Amino acid sequence: MEGELAHIGAGLAAIGSGAAAIGVGTVAGNYLAGALRNPSAAAGQTATLFIGLAFAEALGIFAFLVALLLMFAV
Amino acid sequence: MAEDKAEPGLVFHPLDQFIVEPLFGDGPVSWYTPTNLTYWMALSLLAIVAVFVFGSRGRAVIPTRLQSIAELIYGFIYKMVEDVTGKEGVKYFPYIMTLFLFILFSNYLSQIPASYSPTSMIAVTAVMGFGVFFAVTILGFVKNGPAFLGLFWMSDAPAILRPVIAIIEVISYFVRPVSHSIRLAGNIMAGHAVIKVFAGFAALTLVSPVAILGIVAIFGLEMLVSGIQAYVFTILTCVYLKDALHPSH
Repeated sequence: MEGELAHIGAGLAAIGSGAAAIGVGTVAGNYLAGALRNPSAAAGQTATLFIGLAFAEALGIFAFLVALLLMFAV
Repeated sequence: MAEDKAEPGLVFHPLDQFIVEPLFGDGPVSWYTPTNLTYWMALSLLAIVAVFVFGSRGRAVIPTRLQSIAELIYGFIYKMVEDVTGKEGVKYFPYIMTLFLFILFSNYLSQIPASYSPTSMIAVTAVMGFGVFFAVTILGFVKNGPAFLGLFWMSDAPAILRPVIAIIEVISYFVRPVSHSIRLAGNIMAGHAVIKVFAGFAALTLVSPVAILGIVAIFGLEMLVSGIQAYVFTILTCVYLKDALHPSH
């Protein structure tokens, strides 16, 4: 029974990946919107874009890690 | 977990590829045992040496292909360090370049089927992440003295909020090495596991064309992710270094 609950928990943790997808989409979409308005300023902001993407994505990876821990470590 | 499946589904476990095992024979793994992990780390070091030693040997005015690869990587990282940390940060360029090259090459070498990816191992990335954390913290205190603590004290914020923000800043500062290392390891591990899951589906005849197309697509995505994660790790190192050199907000 406990193992099954852990599987359900792992599935629930996978929702976090979707949340991270929303975050990544927001970052990239806003960057693109800004870049199309002012293309000359876009090149200087790619570093910021990637930092933002990394921060948004890291939390999805944490969710993935929680899922893995529930599947294999608990 | 699919242990006792009668169907020809997952005959191997998608996470089996991350098991560290000795290269010769089997036995306990101690710190000096040559394992598949150390093997692929050594291979990526060899690849780096090959690209950069042979790339910079000719020093031709019109670069050969290998020389332009080496020059492009060098110039790219040099410009990044200079842009993000400023002129003072260029002193620490060799460290950042080393991190970038190791991550980039082991990421790309791990795309070879049946290889082991050193960067998917949390121990490897944790050493790099905590190394950056300690280096940057010590550097911050050596360079700025107690003024380094100004990093946590937002002088622009309203006075009431400052202690609250300081607590949040301290927590986020100490979470940095954890997120720094888990981001890299998690991305690479997730990508490889997804490929293996698709490979498991390829055993079913009905869905195998879809599964093989999926593997190709995910492989392409993984090539992208490998480069981006190396870039992200390096640029975050640069950002942390900038915080240490100029702690005032």
